[in-house]
Amino acid sequence: MTKKNQPILIIGVIIIIAVIIYLFTQTDRKVADGSGDSSAPIVIPTHNWSSQVVMAYVIGGIFEKNGNNVKYVPADSQAVYESIRIGDVTISHEVWESAFGKSFTTALDKGGILDWGDHEARTLEDMGYPNWVAELCPGLPDWNALKSPECAKNFVTPDSGGKGRMLEGPQTWHGDLIPQRIEALGLGDLWTVKFAGSADALWAELEAAKKEGRGTIIFNWTPNFTDGAGFTFIDFPPYTAGCRPVDGGDGKCGSPDGYLKKAVNADFPKTHPSAAAIFKKMSFSTSQIGAMAALVDIDKMTHEDAAKKWLADNGY
Amino acid sequence: MELLKKYPKLFQWLFLLIVFFALCFSIDVPETYKFIRGQAEFIKDPNQSTYTLFGTEVRYYAFDVLWRLPPLLGWLPIWVNDTLFFLLNEWMPMEFWNEATREYKTRPLVLQITRNITAFMTFLIEFIREILLGGVETVVAFTSWDFVSTYRWAKLPGLPWTIVAAGAAILSYKLSGKGLAIFAGLVMIYISVFGQWKPSMQTLSFILVAAPLSFAFGLSLGIWAYKSKRVEKALYPILLTMQTMPQYAVLVPAMVLFGIGDHAAVIITMVVAIPPMILLTLLGLRAVPPEVIEAGKMSGCNNFQLMTKVLVPTARRDILIGVNQVIMVCFSMAVIAAFIGAKGLGWNLLLALNQLNIGLALEAGLCISLIAILLDKMSLAWANKQEDYFGNLTFFQRYKNSLFFAGALLIGIILSYAGSFYFKEGYNYFFEVPHNKGISTADFWNKGVDWIFDTFFVYIKAFNTWLIVEVLQPMRALYLRMPAVATLVLVVGAGYIIGGIRSALVVGGLALFIALSPWWDRALVTTYMATFGVIISCTIGLTVGTLCQQNKYTTKFMLAVCDIFQTFPSFVYLIPVMMLFGVTDTSVLIAVIVYATIPATRYTIEGLRSVPAGLHDAASMSGVTKFQRLINIEFPIAFPHMMLGVNQTIVFALFMVIIGAFIGTEDLGQYILKALSDKAGGGKGLILGICVAFIALIFDNLIRTWVQKRKKHLGID
Repeated sequence: MTKKNQPILIIGVIIIIAVIIYLFTQTDRKVADGSGDSSAPIVIPTHNWSSQVVMAYVIGGIFEKNGNNVKYVPADSQAVYESIRIGDVTISHEVWESAFGKSFTTALDKGGILDWGDHEARTLEDMGYPNWVAELCPGLPDWNALKSPECAKNFVTPDSGGKGRMLEGPQTWHGDLIPQRIEALGLGDLWTVKFAGSADALWAELEAAKKEGRGTIIFNWTPNFTDGAGFTFIDFPPYTAGCRPVDGGDGKCGSPDGYLKKAVNADFPKTHPSAAAIFKKMSFSTSQIGAMAALVDIDKMTHEDAAKKWLADNGY
Repeated sequence: MELLKKYPKLFQWLFLLIVFFALCFSIDVPETYKFIRGQAEFIKDPNQSTYTLFGTEVRYYAFDVLWRLPPLLGWLPIWVNDTLFFLLNEWMPMEFWNEATREYKTRPLVLQITRNITAFMTFLIEFIREILLGGVETVVAFTSWDFVSTYRWAKLPGLPWTIVAAGAAILSYKLSGKGLAIFAGLVMIYISVFGQWKPSMQTLSFILVAAPLSFAFGLSLGIWAYKSKRVEKALYPILLTMQTMPQYAVLVPAMVLFGIGDHAAVIITMVVAIPPMILLTLLGLRAVPPEVIEAGKMSGCNNFQLMTKVLVPTARRDILIGVNQVIMVCFSMAVIAAFIGAKGLGWNLLLALNQLNIGLALEAGLCISLIAILLDKMSLAWANKQEDYFGNLTFFQRYKNSLFFAGALLIGIILSYAGSFYFKEGYNYFFEVPHNKGISTADFWNKGVDWIFDTFFVYIKAFNTWLIVEVLQPMRALYLRMPAVATLVLVVGAGYIIGGIRSALVVGGLALFIALSPWWDRALVTTYMATFGVIISCTIGLTVGTLCQQNKYTTKFMLAVCDIFQTFPSFVYLIPVMMLFGVTDTSVLIAVIVYATIPATRYTIEGLRSVPAGLHDAASMSGVTKFQRLINIEFPIAFPHMMLGVNQTIVFALFMVIIGAFIGTEDLGQYILKALSDKAGGGKGLILGICVAFIALIFDNLIRTWVQKRKKHLGID
């Protein structure tokens, strides 16, 4: 391209852009109502599980209805608390006690992040099994059923060294908690714990076990999309404060009935008072969260569409 | 004695192996030795030994020094991490005025600087993204959020997909010709029709920022290294380490420094893409003949003119191949970058995998591959394009391409304007086909995987059990059974025999670093998986490459297959493999083999191709058969080049073993994955990454030294 035709081209491009701007900006959106909020966008993180992503869009929809600007950013579920603290992300709407409680409280101690109340939903994250497995191991869901060698035999895999294998989530989630518990409960001779690398690996194992009709014990949580498909958690001895080895206990206990919290950046209430107040009041129940996940995981909708449908169904 | 003189190397190797095995058998496994759990730095145990250095307490299980060295470098990751934390959170706090809350806020200097860099990056990304897709952020950057909230028209409108497709086709036509233009058009139409337009443009927008920036930095650093020997010496080891470090390990420090989002993705993509650019710039500049430089000097160039008018244009080809490399690396990062917040195809792919929707992930992955190949071909065409100087052209001939593009613009706008009346249900298909409203073949692929599962499951399971019990478990046990001293002797000895004292010192130092880190056992497991993967990959690659090379068309076909697989995100086949083979080492290794066979095949083909045709003829005249020619002439001549392929195979295999952590492994990768969400992960991620890089560099050094000697011996090069 020679230098001569550049001015012509530039003028042409400018005219064309002007035309495009004119053509595509006919549909104006509603102007923000004077709620006193800053018009800077509220940054909502999305993680890699369905209910969280749908809820992000649901909450975003509610904020937008309130006249706020909203931005979504994909984020790691552990690292997000540091990002909220620094201000890269504004809110987090799913703080699971068992998995993220530690990251959250650490960030809380450092300052810059606020505890913004609990959801109605309670959470449980523990080892469990899809319902058909109960036949393989009479006595389940009581953990004592795991003491029987006949039971453990059904869960042997080629690399488990003759022991029954439990598939724990990534080591990231709770370190050596489950292996320590298995040892502490005296199940170490019959059972071994394998760490999966990701949530995907857990679902793949669940799907493969279902197709093959074999037994499997995996780490899972509720509320989750598996709630609808029939999944039972093993009843380990009840959790008491300080019973975990990290806290100095003997490790002979299951997981706590945990909170599902919301967290915000410390500046959020100052910059967006009205949105912050709405978010404080927001509380979702287990069934609502399960329904959000099911729209995506069972009905195969996209996350945005699922959020739109949920908002429409619930009168927003 | 005769034999010893004839094959001195052979006896040196024999001697080394005897020493190695003698050490292995004479040092017993300590009774207290337990793999992995015994090392966990998270539990406190009275049996552990401790020491404190640089204010860091290191806990470990002490063994006989010959069996496992104590982790004398155990403080390093923690120290790196504390330094990072100190820099980011405490060093030089300053007061900054916060407009939003109308109050002063104390922020450490480094944090403020990194946030300013990220703000700039974000602006660039959003600008390109909004040209392609539309949005308000660019306008916001010049005004404020209040402005755009009040004036809703103040936003970039975005280009209809028809215009971008036409633009890509016209540009390809200008660069190369009809073939590429048709390919470009088809790729764009495919992306649009399959409803991947928006994520594709999001991915493209961050690559269009990362690639030019990497190019600029790479070029200037390359020039600097060319000018100054000292810079080159300082850069070289860093470049080597960066090239062999799993991309995944770069994520953690990048996230600590720059937070999450598209900007951080751009930064880590740059970190990975700059090294090859520097190396190729350096290579190109070095190859400039001295006559050319003389000519430039005689014409009275000053230093700057010499660089920009003489050296860089002469080295144009190598530099443009560097551009091509940069583009490839950028796309290979598309999925990995999604872990720290890059929007687009990578993120969609991860979400689809989380729902076990393999078909959907496959479609997203294919889009990444197609765009990568398109840009690759376009940049290659650019590299090979000759400037033409025709004087007397008519107006139409001269401005043909611009006119066509203007026409496409007009038609595109009219179409999308008309579309807004025609499509009443809210989606204007002539503007953008929405994400979930395109054609989808996802069901077909998902059913395919189901079918494979149902049909072959029995055989797969039997094979899997056999492989794990008979091959993998024993092999892993053997690797872990090696005393640290024996391994070190083996590495140093190999270095000495191949490259003399210098090589021995280098590889010995690299191995010692790993041995003194807290992760020696895990490094052994990583090495075991990589070794298995490399052996199988090389066998397959060598066979397939040799067979395909016999015919022109199969060669072309195979190279195209290699192109697709190299850019196709490996995460996609992790899931089906995991469903078929379970959460086991087999799954990881299959993924490794699929990925690592690519360079093995490619280099075999290229190596055999590089055998001069004259030699073929000479051999045929001497009356050898085709098979004899292959064995006695082509293989020995092509062997050095093929060994470089083995080198690449090792690097690829290690990358994939690390990514295998997503399936579930107990090696360095698991800890790298863990570091990503660990609060003290920055330092650990980095040191773990360096450990992996060092494993690769040990092999790299040995193979390269050997190849150089061999080439000299054969009289090529």
